[in-house]
Amino acid sequence: MDTPSTLFLRTDAASFGRTEGGGPEVSSFSLDNGLDVVVIPDNRVPVVTHMIWYRNGSADDPQGQSGIAHFLEHLMFKGTEKHPAGEFSKVVSSLGGQENAFTSFDYTAYFQRVAREHLKTMMEFESDRMTNLLLEEAVVAPERDVVLEERRMRVETDPSAQLSEAMAAALFVHHPYGIPIIGWMHEIETLNRENALDYYRRFYTPENAILVVAGDVTPEEVRKLAEETYGRIEPRGERPVRFRPRDPEPVAARHITVADPKVEQPTLQRLYLVPSCRTAQTRDCYALELLAEVIGGGPTSYLYRKLVLERGVAVNAGAWYMSSAMEDTRFCIYAVPAEGVSLEDLERAVDEVLKTIPEALDSEAIERAKTRLVAETIYSTDSQSALARIYGSALAIGETIEDVQRWPVEIEAVLKDDLASAAERYLILRRSVTGYLKKSAA
Amino acid sequence: MTMTASVETLSASPTTVKTLVSPGGIEAWHVESSVVPLIAVAFIFEGGSAHDPENRPGVAQMLARLLDEGAGEYDSDAFQERLAGRAIELSFNAGNDAIGGSLKTLVKHADEAFELLRLALTEPRFDQDAIERVRAQTIAGLRYQQNDPGVMATRRFFEEGFAGHPYGRPTSGTPESVAAITRDDLVDMHQAIITRGRIKIAVVGAIDAERLSVLLDKAFGSLPEAKPLGMIEATSLKQLGSRFVVDLDVPQSVIRFGTQGVAWRDPGFIPAYVLNHILGGGAFTSRLFQEVREKRGLAYSVGTSLVSYRSAAMTWGYTATKNERVGEALQVIQEEILRLKTQGPTDEELQKAKDYLVGSYALGFDTSTKIAHTMVQIAFEGLGVDYIARRNALVAAVTREDIHIAAERIFGDGQMLTVIAGRPTGL
Repeated sequence: MDTPSTLFLRTDAASFGRTEGGGPEVSSFSLDNGLDVVVIPDNRVPVVTHMIWYRNGSADDPQGQSGIAHFLEHLMFKGTEKHPAGEFSKVVSSLGGQENAFTSFDYTAYFQRVAREHLKTMMEFESDRMTNLLLEEAVVAPERDVVLEERRMRVETDPSAQLSEAMAAALFVHHPYGIPIIGWMHEIETLNRENALDYYRRFYTPENAILVVAGDVTPEEVRKLAEETYGRIEPRGERPVRFRPRDPEPVAARHITVADPKVEQPTLQRLYLVPSCRTAQTRDCYALELLAEVIGGGPTSYLYRKLVLERGVAVNAGAWYMSSAMEDTRFCIYAVPAEGVSLEDLERAVDEVLKTIPEALDSEAIERAKTRLVAETIYSTDSQSALARIYGSALAIGETIEDVQRWPVEIEAVLKDDLASAAERYLILRRSVTGYLKKSAA
Repeated sequence: MTMTASVETLSASPTTVKTLVSPGGIEAWHVESSVVPLIAVAFIFEGGSAHDPENRPGVAQMLARLLDEGAGEYDSDAFQERLAGRAIELSFNAGNDAIGGSLKTLVKHADEAFELLRLALTEPRFDQDAIERVRAQTIAGLRYQQNDPGVMATRRFFEEGFAGHPYGRPTSGTPESVAAITRDDLVDMHQAIITRGRIKIAVVGAIDAERLSVLLDKAFGSLPEAKPLGMIEATSLKQLGSRFVVDLDVPQSVIRFGTQGVAWRDPGFIPAYVLNHILGGGAFTSRLFQEVREKRGLAYSVGTSLVSYRSAAMTWGYTATKNERVGEALQVIQEEILRLKTQGPTDEELQKAKDYLVGSYALGFDTSTKIAHTMVQIAFEGLGVDYIARRNALVAAVTREDIHIAAERIFGDGQMLTVIAGRPTGL
């Protein structure tokens, strides 16, 4: 009846598994109006995944309008002059298709999964709403209420989500990654039709979009259909500029506590500010990816073995790294204390274990972590929608198809010294925020 | 254009399933697909949480969590290291009626993967340190969710709706019941359920029938013969017409509501499924989505689904709205249910619902793991290996009269069991 706890799983956007060099033959081209197109063949079933990605996300929200990227994503289902509110969804549904959309820090994406013969219909509707959105005042207010309910559901009723927000706000002292994707409650309440349309006109352009089609199609078919639909949209001349401030070099170790009477199980988390796959100067991002797997990827990881199996101070422990981001990003370590262990004592134990990371780096553990990461890339080729997401998100943050395809090779090439050096340079307290979730008196 | 979609998908099965019986007598449903070099296996043993000892719910789930915590000559850490070293993904889960599992491996590591599966199923160690660790993890997980409004509403819903029946107990147990589970509880349930006569298996991937037969015998051939399990009495959702509030200091209330259902193996299931899709199924077009979310902005998420257990069936729904609007949301939901029951869907609405359900069936067959899980569920329900090929024609044949009969069975006089977790005002 009730689902297993999500306590032990990362809840942030995952860094996806990637495909091997020998994976699907991905092709790409651009239309005359600047729209980038990626085609990923998968001929196992006569189905296509059609996605359009915009190179803007919550980190591009204007100051004081947090949540506008996500609010607009909801409003994109409210119709155009040609197709009134709800018509697109009705058509997708009557064709036996599925659809949805999502907003992240760096991008916003819309997708449908349909039988291959309906690809052009999807392109007609999706290209129509790229420029012809018609927002009637009457649909804006109820949809804002929907978003407020979404925030209440995800955050306002959940102390652990409140801790995650508070920790991100402390980690990114200046960069908008510190602002929640859905926006702050008090700012969502003030978002209006004009805000949404201003944002829409700025970012929803062919130059700013990436079309990804995965499934039972050829690049030639996709090019022809795309030219007949998206290709008719007037170019704006250039891609909109994303202004992203950089965080200063961190100097202060920070501690955050969320105390709530509803908390019955305390938890400990730590975030470190680290380079992403876009900001890493050398190959640090591959080292960080592998480091997260070696020290915190599942029950054979170093943190689990030390804190759970050997010392018994935690019932679970692990780490993850969000490599996919345009600017500096987060590396997380988490632990759930065993009965009777205080968060302070657990934190001390975590720090003691982290000091001994060089011990964790034996060649067998490194091999095991590499095997798992590389296997993930093969497993991901089993899902056309997973592949579409991997390529779409990579391109939306400025990576290339080649970056995605050589990822397993780069992971294989990481050396023990790279791992030790990455840990030494980045997993240091002044780069970190430590968060406690605990019970308060009612 | 909707006709094209229906005609094509009606005549084609989304996948070609073969029944395979190994030399050792193990039966599996098999889809061979050589594009990706992996193998996905799904399996289900009949018997689950409903068979937990009466005063210690949580045994089946704890058993499921312990099967990969040490087996044969390997203790927990060594077993996990063997899995991780070859990126073999093995997991187990337990529900009311079954203990299930999932295995995913690269083809090149198939021998090792099936050997580890055999060990987990037939020679789990239940070492005391592993038991204590899993117990502590389970209790921590329960505490973590203890005051989550969704979890609280669900728990109370089952307590009230199936009071006095095993389905009314929490499948993951309580901190107190999990603390009281003994090693003998786990061993007894393992011996009773993880047996040959209770299993259904589905395999998808880059493996032919001959090689698969060998691996099936290896993994499942040494399972002991089944022993009888206690009968779970047939029941139905109780307390229709009652409303319960679980008090919790949060700004938004979670609402669970339920009525009677139709089981998957019941001939009336498909019309009920179409009816549910029209009311609150998973598309942006359902009546509840339109009335609760689109028109009134009452909630982010609203929907209904059919739940089919071995010994009960129900239809239940979910939404969450701010405390001040709970009364309004409940009223809209109740009105929509009554309207659908008394007037039925329009012809166009029924046709579009069928078009969607027929056309989208193939979308659920896009990854090996999903195909394996769908197949094994169908096998578990006893619907036959041809069900995947037959299913769309069953949907297409549903008439307004069928929908009317389904609505009578499901909604009866329109009374619901309602549970609200939060601090609703003005009810």
